[in-house]
Amino acid sequence: MSAAASHAAHTSPAGLEDWRGVWIAVELERGRVHPVSWELLGEGRKLAAHLGVPLCAAVVGPDESATADACAEAIFHGADCVYVVRHPVLAHYRTAPFTTALTRLVERYRPEILLLGATTLGRDLAGAVATTLATGLTADCTELRIDGETRSLAATRPTFGGSLLCTIHTLRCRPQMATVRPRVMAMPARDTQRTGRIIPETIALDEDDIVTKVLAFIPDAAAEEAQLAYADIVVAGGRGLGGPANFRLVTDLARVVGGDYGGSRPVAQAGWIGLERQIGQTGKTIRPKLYIAAGISGAVQHRVGVEGADVIVAINSDPDAPIFEFATYGIVGDALRILPALTEALRARSPALAAAD
Amino acid sequence: MHIVVCVKQVPDSAQIRVHPVTNTIMRQGVPAVINPYDLIVLEEALRLKDCLGARITVLSMGPKIAAEALKKCVSYGADEAILITDAVFAGSDTLATSYALASTIRRIAADRPVDMVFCGKQTIDGDTAQVGPGIARRLGFEQLTYVSRIERIDPAAREIVVHRRGEGGVQVLQSRLPCLVTMLEGSNTLRFAGMDDMFRAARYEVLEWNHKAAGIDAPERCGLKGSPTAVKKVFAPPPRAKKAEMIDASAGTPREIADAVLAKLFASRPALEREMTR
Repeated sequence: MSAAASHAAHTSPAGLEDWRGVWIAVELERGRVHPVSWELLGEGRKLAAHLGVPLCAAVVGPDESATADACAEAIFHGADCVYVVRHPVLAHYRTAPFTTALTRLVERYRPEILLLGATTLGRDLAGAVATTLATGLTADCTELRIDGETRSLAATRPTFGGSLLCTIHTLRCRPQMATVRPRVMAMPARDTQRTGRIIPETIALDEDDIVTKVLAFIPDAAAEEAQLAYADIVVAGGRGLGGPANFRLVTDLARVVGGDYGGSRPVAQAGWIGLERQIGQTGKTIRPKLYIAAGISGAVQHRVGVEGADVIVAINSDPDAPIFEFATYGIVGDALRILPALTEALRARSPALAAAD
Repeated sequence: MHIVVCVKQVPDSAQIRVHPVTNTIMRQGVPAVINPYDLIVLEEALRLKDCLGARITVLSMGPKIAAEALKKCVSYGADEAILITDAVFAGSDTLATSYALASTIRRIAADRPVDMVFCGKQTIDGDTAQVGPGIARRLGFEQLTYVSRIERIDPAAREIVVHRRGEGGVQVLQSRLPCLVTMLEGSNTLRFAGMDDMFRAARYEVLEWNHKAAGIDAPERCGLKGSPTAVKKVFAPPPRAKKAEMIDASAGTPREIADAVLAKLFASRPALEREMTR
């Protein structure tokens, strides 16, 4: 039972100072880095500055140019140094070899903080790595800070289905691990003048030792691959729309403004829209330039998924709806009447659409 | 085949309310339900039982009241139900929980080897998705998370092929038993309980094990003591300093209101106007 967690990383408080540095595990898959990795470098930069330690990236991938590119990009996005493991077995994500590679790197260099994206890859990997290292892991954080007194990571995340927030510390163990969902943190500026060290690491890996094989990869059809999380304009609907047939008012407006659409958790679970279009803590987090929410009350679980929007326009018939607490502009009224009016008003303002009418 | 399905009894999070004055959770009257993601994997285990023949053991950690949830699983067709319940488990985080559950599964496997463990993708109260990977890692089982479909299982060859949701597509993975599987919502829908199983469940006595019975030799690795993470603070999000600027909707027609909000929006963000009215 080699994989069984040891208690080795349960360090006495006296040993904690051996663990230094902030690390981001870069998510490289099929030649592409998930943007959440750069968002984490942006957030990691602040934590590292506060602690006075370097910010490092861990890149795990095949011995191909995409891996080298990922290292360079990590530096452009804020890493001071990059530890890179290149091996053919790392061409596709599989839990076992990725866990081995990342765990060995962490044991070798002892960072105090290790952050991963809360994607299907990152959550799978984080759970396995944290168990192997026997350390604390906090999922889906919406805010990361350093506690001045203890120098520990204060990781805040929604709890109880998103009705409250809680702040979690890992006091006796290192590294302190956390995952953050895509789009929760802002994308840092990319600076191609930045320089940093790239440190190749050798870790023994062998395809013969890996039980799970990738037989095929079926890419999502373009239509299915909603880029909702990265859309600049998002229109969403909630239960206030009354029924699935009225959702057309949301998609009509989204189309006219060239944006994407989504919905609150209740309507996604009721099947009015696909689950991949659910916005909120348990769905997608968005950071659009404009977010229009129609008939959505704005529970905490929804709020944490949309707070990164530059402007929020909320339409709700209930003047006491929580969404008016954090929206930029609020309209108390019937979304079924205001949505088509917005669509019409925007059509009238758009030369191309007006000409087509 | 021997399949262990891990389930958790959770408060129905859709019904949790926060006290408006004290900002504490009002648990009174909130019904307990089986974590909905666990029902998806329970159904998958039942289907495997239907087509391949399997024995299903459902396992939960929690207070004695959680036996109700396990009985319900028996009514759907699970063969055996084990509740590990002990004061030493109180305050467990995900690392301590996976230790307790993995230890118990080892104890269960001592009597009858375990071929597969199913866990829900995550729970609706914690939403961490960490316990499944934790159990797999501790048992040294292959870890197959976010599975949308089990394509094939060959118990004799110890082989399994699954579709796993990755970023931007689906991985088709061939792996080996024993393995741990978590599944996506939408993979299946739980059946109705049959009459025979409902009668059986009504008479069924859930096995209740304390930490010793569960084969846990290091109780200090359970509960608060065994948990590296500590919740420092639970709070309602602070209200924003600035509330929404309200647009008077009583004063005009929907079109007038729409024009009013667009005028405000575009006055403060001219770039948005260019983008939205191309």
